[in-house]
Amino acid sequence: MSKESIRTPLGKVRGLGSAKHGAGHFIAQRVSAIALIFLVPWFLISLIGAVRGGYDGALAWVADPINAVLTLLATGAALYHMRLGMQVVVEDYIAKHGTKNLLLILNTFVCVVLFVAAAYSVLKIAIS
Amino acid sequence: MSSWTDKRPMSPHVSIWRWHITMASSILHRVTGLANYAGAALIVAWLFATAAGPDYYEPLAAVVGSIWGQLVLFGFTLSVCYHLLSGVRHLFWDAGKGFNPKFASFIGAVNLVLAVVLAVAIWLLAGLVPGIDPLHMTGAA
Repeated sequence: MSKESIRTPLGKVRGLGSAKHGAGHFIAQRVSAIALIFLVPWFLISLIGAVRGGYDGALAWVADPINAVLTLLATGAALYHMRLGMQVVVEDYIAKHGTKNLLLILNTFVCVVLFVAAAYSVLKIAIS
Repeated sequence: MSSWTDKRPMSPHVSIWRWHITMASSILHRVTGLANYAGAALIVAWLFATAAGPDYYEPLAAVVGSIWGQLVLFGFTLSVCYHLLSGVRHLFWDAGKGFNPKFASFIGAVNLVLAVVLAVAIWLLAGLVPGIDPLHMTGAA
């Protein structure tokens, strides 16, 4: 660094630090994890019963109001949680700026598409 | 001499470390997290096929019902069991508890064994293993 630089010390480091969203990400990951501790075991056990009866059994299972609401909560919390998790994995291993941002955007798109597909499917069956 | 001139300390590279249980369980937590990502897509596909009708449901059920489909499904069960148990361990760590190296190693091993036991128990009790159905699950739709 040359002595002639007129940039202030603050100006030099600005933009090199964190995005200031770390704590929010950390907390969101944990809160969704706590929700999933309850939702996943229910979903796993309930789902096994649902697939027993073939297509009609599956349809009747999703149509049940309690199953519909809990399935929406489970898929919502799971997809939110895995979007946050995949973001950390990408940020850890992909150093190249362009590739990293592309994968982060792709991650968001995949999770949103999956959630919309799940929500549409559950609501279509439950409200008809 | 190596061409590395940066005097700052380097992060220890994976290859100079002996494998130990907390390291393996940490890597497994990440790997199972990634596997669950794919599994979640399968769950959503199942929901979508149910909404779309038998023309979509039956082909999917046939693939999942095949031997390879069942293998993937059991792997997914195992992956979910491990990630959930391991996740609870992480929550305790986040609260500042369980950092004693001996206890951390112990709980890491317990976690691994418990995940396998849990996944196998679920499949046995749910009657998903052909010929074994202790709770008569397959009879009641």
